[in-house]
Amino acid sequence: MSGPLEVLVRMVLTLALAMASAAMLVWVERRLLAAFQDRYGPNRVGPFGLFQLVADSIKLFTKEDWIPPFADRVPFILAPTIIVATGLLSFAVVPFTAAGALVDLNIGVLYFLALSSVSVYSIMLAGMASNSKYSLLGAVRAAGQMISYELAMGLSVASVVAMAGSFNLREIVAAQEGLPYVVLQPIAFLIFLIAGLAESKRSPFDLPEAENEIVAGYHTEYSSMKFAFFFLGEYLALVLFSSIATALFLGGGNGPWLPTIVWFGVKMAAIIYVFIWVRATFPRVRYDRLMAFGWKILVPAAILNLLVTGALVVAGSAGG
Amino acid sequence: MTVLFYASAAVATVGSLLAVTRTKALHALIYLILALFAVALCFLSLGAPFVAALEVIVYAGAIMVLILFVIMMLNLGPESWARERRLLPRHAWLVPTIMAGALVGLTLVAILGAPQQATQAASVGPKAVGVALFSTYLIGVELASVLLLVGLVGAYYLGAKK
Repeated sequence: MSGPLEVLVRMVLTLALAMASAAMLVWVERRLLAAFQDRYGPNRVGPFGLFQLVADSIKLFTKEDWIPPFADRVPFILAPTIIVATGLLSFAVVPFTAAGALVDLNIGVLYFLALSSVSVYSIMLAGMASNSKYSLLGAVRAAGQMISYELAMGLSVASVVAMAGSFNLREIVAAQEGLPYVVLQPIAFLIFLIAGLAESKRSPFDLPEAENEIVAGYHTEYSSMKFAFFFLGEYLALVLFSSIATALFLGGGNGPWLPTIVWFGVKMAAIIYVFIWVRATFPRVRYDRLMAFGWKILVPAAILNLLVTGALVVAGSAGG
Repeated sequence: MTVLFYASAAVATVGSLLAVTRTKALHALIYLILALFAVALCFLSLGAPFVAALEVIVYAGAIMVLILFVIMMLNLGPESWARERRLLPRHAWLVPTIMAGALVGLTLVAILGAPQQATQAASVGPKAVGVALFSTYLIGVELASVLLLVGLVGAYYLGAKK
């Protein structure tokens, strides 16, 4: 790692890439959903409707940035910044390129988990500071859901960490040189994906913003750029989860012929495709079933998986 | 690293003070979270990245979220802020503050009088912490796990339908 200039350039590139892919995803998701539902989707603005995104952002930029008089001002403004800040900060440890991540942190996995648990505050503060019942209901739902599924996610990641013997994402990717962990840890992979869906509040777990019950949930009172921040934050979370899943389970950028970053992108795109596919396929689950599923099925399954993995790792290291 | 330590220590102190003095529970909690982040940075600057990450995950990310959850459920309004304000008149905090200030002064004198040690320590990785927890401090870990089990059983008993 040389001079501060190179670090700066890599920082800017990583952030720009993350932001751009999150923004592109809005269009990709709408087009894909349309295809799944036998519609066209946005195809009017520019080639294939690609400039729909630009049109939408101009609309968002020029809307009135409104803070309701009954809101608690400071937390109200703080909330949308937290979700984008935690999302962007997390990208520092994702090993996109062969050179590794922006920061070669030996607690990379924990860093990601810590930031993802901090991002809950964004939703909770938004819901509380808005001082409106729909926001509060949405925030209560989101908080309950995110705390519950964080546990299952952490436990599923723990079995990968146990196998690789490291919290460092670069070393975890290196440990999957021959065989990606999705083959050895299919249960952990599944749990991670389901928990990722719930953490990013995507359908079928989109109860915090179930529009036909509680308007728009925790961001009901937000408009303009503040709303755009929540929107961006959710897509950033999607990009982040797919990239972490790629690093943890799909062997990161490992692959023949193509350069690391291309393989990484292809694997990420596959996971994102599955996420959108799931959204187009499954109806929203009921809230009590969501909680019961999280606590009674996912968490025990993750604990059992970790137990068996730990036993095998110990047996393997004792035998070899 | 020393600069980072003192800066985050200052933030932690100010954050904790504000957490105590705010009358709106939500604002107090935000300052407390800020203080916890600052403490995590203190750990990081002292060469304990693993503990710093756990501080954020466990305290800032889990325990504080639960407290926020409770505050959210209570949905405290302006009347509770007024009640809080009445609970903290000047005569109630003046004497304890002077006494606490004297204690801080004595502690400072004691620390500054003692032989100085460098704050810079070697960075301790997660593996070393894990090994220490399950060898030297095994009994502590087991006791903590028993305590958590008791809490779990208690919560189950209270939550179970009679």
